[in-house]
Amino acid sequence: MTIRRKAFIAGAYEHPGRELPDRSIAQIHAEVALGALADAGLTLADVDGYFTGGDAPGLGGLAMADYLGLAVRYMDSSDMGGSVYLSHVGHAAAAIATGKCSVALITLGGRPRTTALRAPGQLMGAPPEAAFEPVFGMNVSAVYALAAARHIHEYGTTSEQLAEIKVAASLHAQHNERALLRKVVTVEDVVNSPMVSSPLHRLDCCVVTDGGGALVLVNEDIAKSLDRHCVAVLGHGEAIEHTKGGWQDVTVTGGVRSGRDAFEEAGVSRSNIDYVGLYDSFTITVLLALEDLGFCDKGEGGKFVLGGTLQAPFGKLPFNTDGGSLCNNHPANRGGMTKMIEAVRQLRGEAHSAVQVPDCEIALAHGTGGWLSTRMGNATVILGREDA
Amino acid sequence: MTTGAELPAPVPEVQPETAAFWEATSRGVLLVQRCTACGTSVWYPRFLCSNCHSSELKQVEASGRATVYSFTLTTRGILEYKDCGPYVLALVELEEGPKMLTNIVECDPETLSIGQSVQVVFHDTGAGSALPRFRPAA
Ligand SMILES: [Zn+2]
Repeated sequence: MTIRRKAFIAGAYEHPGRELPDRSIAQIHAEVALGALADAGLTLADVDGYFTGGDAPGLGGLAMADYLGLAVRYMDSSDMGGSVYLSHVGHAAAAIATGKCSVALITLGGRPRTTALRAPGQLMGAPPEAAFEPVFGMNVSAVYALAAARHIHEYGTTSEQLAEIKVAASLHAQHNERALLRKVVTVEDVVNSPMVSSPLHRLDCCVVTDGGGALVLVNEDIAKSLDRHCVAVLGHGEAIEHTKGGWQDVTVTGGVRSGRDAFEEAGVSRSNIDYVGLYDSFTITVLLALEDLGFCDKGEGGKFVLGGTLQAPFGKLPFNTDGGSLCNNHPANRGGMTKMIEAVRQLRGEAHSAVQVPDCEIALAHGTGGWLSTRMGNATVILGREDA
Repeated sequence: MTTGAELPAPVPEVQPETAAFWEATSRGVLLVQRCTACGTSVWYPRFLCSNCHSSELKQVEASGRATVYSFTLTTRGILEYKDCGPYVLALVELEEGPKMLTNIVECDPETLSIGQSVQVVFHDTGAGSALPRFRPAA
């Protein structure tokens, strides 16, 4: 049993907003749901499966299903941080493959640019580690910095190499009129920007934006009936990493296993991948993903990104052609959804012409949610251009 | 740069399973759980061994010696740390094995290095507990 070519992405929509003080979070979910369904040529009445993460207000997906007036026979409100929308693609494809639903809607929405930050991971009450991490001033950039510092120590990675990742994202973002940061930056700009949590500089960090996005997955029959170019889900894998009771290796993510499983299910190899959407909460997040997904050996990520490897359209492995979370958009502090959306644009040939990868046939989207150094959720999805 | 005395010492929320740990900190003792089934030492304190899932854990008095596994000088404190200025957040590897998140205090972050030896110090929270932090070993 596999999900390979059992489900197709018929709709994908990114909210055009980056600062939305005049909308409720529920309204953002509704707007992106309508956008993705319109893109597919479907309506809310067609939806029989609904998938939400921890950004959805209310109990699981119940409140949003009520708000949207959904009559669904399948719902999944699992959460593991910002990568969970990639998990949802896998879960939705599995539900479609087993006939549990035929039109699956996945939504994301939030307003972190407008509203104040909460303690990391404490949306639903204090978790068991609360007395052992926040009391020491644990914060998001700092735990990513701990992973970066250790990678630098073990492998000789440099801040300049990490900066190459931001440079590539900024080269792409200049073509995206909606990107929050459209200015092209240099390696010097990145390493000379203020230190946030050493060794991570301000420009090693992603943007903070309000907004959202949504995806619609359908079964093969519906995909055939739609005029819209549908993109095949070929494979999915997910994995979590945590402290293992204090025995973690902070230079390794669950991407080792989520990537392995996704490649195996899709039946493709690294060399078949034309485009990658890599979760880019920080530059180090991308570097570890490149290693853990097997595009280069462990410790070689710094060298791998040199020479324009990630730069579209002609780099060896073009990434995040919308500008990614580093420059374009990181709605609700969760970057998995936008990685999927731009991968779909690439496979449909609808990315900006300056960054459209020629003959883009197979794409990979990969998420790292939660926190490096402590606990994270990783999910990988492989997509094919070939319609139903 | 906040190197120690000025760092906030937030009061941890004590649970039944962590009461012994926090009580010991108020006496200047760092307890680490060791699994009697598989011998693994575990951080943070909990009900079962995250390695073999046995609930036969015993409290062992740690040496208080550790090495710096990774550290960052962070300027982005939140909550109680919002206005305290830059401080060092670190993962230290305890002599007993597990890594713990903590602060390095009484140090010059410019000369701090991974692999450096550090020693536990306790900062009173004023509520019957103390935060185990570390300073460079003499
Ligand atoms: Zn054990």
